[in-house]
Amino acid sequence: MSDEDLTFEDSYRDSDEDVEDVEDEDDYVDDDDTDLNFTDVVAEKDRKKNYEVDFIVHSIEGIVKNQDDEVTHVSNILGIQKQHAATLLRHFRWNKERLIERYMEDSTEVLNKAGVITDNARTPKFIKIPGFICDICCDDDEDLDTLALSCGHRFCKNCYEHYLTQKIKEEGESRRILCMASKCNVIVDEKTVELAVNKDIHERYRTLLNRTYVDDNEYLRWCPAPSCEYAIECHVPQTSLTSIVPTVECVCTHRFCFGCGFPDHQPSICVLVKKWIKKCEDDSETANWISAHTKECGKCHSTIEKNGGCNHMTCRKCKYEFCWVCMGPWSEHGTSWYNCNRYDEKTSIDARDQQAKSRASLERYLHYYNRFANHEQSAKLDRELYNKTEKKMEEMQQTSDLSWIEVQFLKKAVDILVQCRMTLKWTYAFAFYLARNNQTDIFEDNQRDLEMAVEQLSELLEKPIEAEKIAELKQQVLDKTVYVGSRREVLLEDTAKGLLESRWEFQVDIKS
Amino acid sequence: MATPPLPKRIIKETERLIADAVPGINAKPHEENLRYFDVDITGPEQSPFEGGVFKLELFLPEEYPMSPPKVRFLTKIYHPNIDKLGRICLDILKDKWSPALQIRTVLLSIQALLSAPNPDDPLANDVAQHWKDNEQEAIAKAREWTQTYAERKMSKIGI
Repeated sequence: MSDEDLTFEDSYRDSDEDVEDVEDEDDYVDDDDTDLNFTDVVAEKDRKKNYEVDFIVHSIEGIVKNQDDEVTHVSNILGIQKQHAATLLRHFRWNKERLIERYMEDSTEVLNKAGVITDNARTPKFIKIPGFICDICCDDDEDLDTLALSCGHRFCKNCYEHYLTQKIKEEGESRRILCMASKCNVIVDEKTVELAVNKDIHERYRTLLNRTYVDDNEYLRWCPAPSCEYAIECHVPQTSLTSIVPTVECVCTHRFCFGCGFPDHQPSICVLVKKWIKKCEDDSETANWISAHTKECGKCHSTIEKNGGCNHMTCRKCKYEFCWVCMGPWSEHGTSWYNCNRYDEKTSIDARDQQAKSRASLERYLHYYNRFANHEQSAKLDRELYNKTEKKMEEMQQTSDLSWIEVQFLKKAVDILVQCRMTLKWTYAFAFYLARNNQTDIFEDNQRDLEMAVEQLSELLEKPIEAEKIAELKQQVLDKTVYVGSRREVLLEDTAKGLLESRWEFQVDIKS
Repeated sequence: MATPPLPKRIIKETERLIADAVPGINAKPHEENLRYFDVDITGPEQSPFEGGVFKLELFLPEEYPMSPPKVRFLTKIYHPNIDKLGRICLDILKDKWSPALQIRTVLLSIQALLSAPNPDDPLANDVAQHWKDNEQEAIAKAREWTQTYAERKMSKIGI
């Protein structure tokens, strides 16, 4: 099934260049421009799989450098001071093209809206002004240090420090700290902040700014792993998440979806993942069970589960007597005691249809849910499996002449196993929403093949070690690992390609 | 522990509030806590609150003026931006606060809010809905509440 002649889909941006290059040619586009920066010559070995996306992992230093480069660039083009260029860029959420375009159209409006007053002759500094009274603390000391932004609203040094510290430390503000004067929307620039606050607070301020740089940038996302400080750059816009599952891997080894930040959920697209999780969390399925197994009293609507006995029901609550089969009042049954002959009447047929439908949908859900949950459960035991494997590797080194490096195949096998279980898990969520057509058979075949291969590998890993059979076992595990990996690739490749070609039909609206 | 001395700013503001009072607004600090003010605001003319005197409490937190004062209506009032606990939905009391604003400006803003209720940014949802669905009826109810809860002593309005 794996198609050797995959054409490189336009929707993928190729960015094999290194960090700086990407930043320089940089195309922060707002809308669904997906085919920018496309290089048409792709070497055979660099040809990507359909389910893979390009991404770059940035360290904090890299992020700081990128920001600086952007700011310097804009400051040179527009001929304004760096701190003002930075404020403008932040206002435009780092969309440099748009900023420059708008600035060329109407620089006054851009500056006004962003809260910048450019005054290139001015650098922020403290000055003493005789007779000055600070409007905020009412201090009127002779040698009071005062500071003003380009808007000219002047306050004393203490108030500035107090204010900025409060904003940065207590409120976590950074890029939108306004002048202290009421209704003045001039932004306190970086230089002024640096001048006015102490070192700790300034550091915190820088951290917050870096954070907003990533948060504001559509093509950057922090790695969601606990205490991981890397950010990922990936140029898949939010608008193409219905056809791509942009899975990225941080240097901390955490694999996650760039689109929604959720852990690796290939091959399911984000919207299905959200729907599925919600469905599993909701109590809606309890309701489904109730409707499949119970009926309501025709009079007081109490829920009744029939657990035996005849069809002559008497509601415990309201004492209403009715027939379980046709739900009509028992009194109408006349002489046909305990045997409803009204079975074929329209009302009872409708009632039964409804029950059957509900029961079928419940069973369908449970089919997918159980398999999903099964793999999720296995994933939870990962840690244990790794520990067990660790022990096994030690044991293997002791019972045979294999070296440490030669037993690494076991760990590799577990890595693949864990990854495949993750993939399998999400194939069930994907399949649940899939509308049945010819394509689904192919999907299910792939799913079954992977499922079987995974189980076989899992079984091999559980096998006790027999000294004389180690070589054989190693060969088996190695073979199976490669096979499992390739089954996963085939499945992911086919689903990803199907998504790009809009080959899959879903039972739910994925555009909403 | 001795309470820290009152900042110059608060002393100045208090002095000015008393020496140069705003018409319709009366604010007086408590003797034992100079950061706590008893406030009376007279219902603005041509508003459903006309003829009422509304009691409020105002507290200047430790961080004032870097943080806004805390203000709350003590008198019951039927107003879309004031809830039944007397809390007020006013931008300058939250994110639009500037340390250059003062007690005086805050109270003036509250007085203005009485003249111009804003049902599109509601705090008391039911009241705001009432205001939107049937403004006349809501205004009548506000007037009724003013008479019931905020009316100045009978003698003063000449009964």
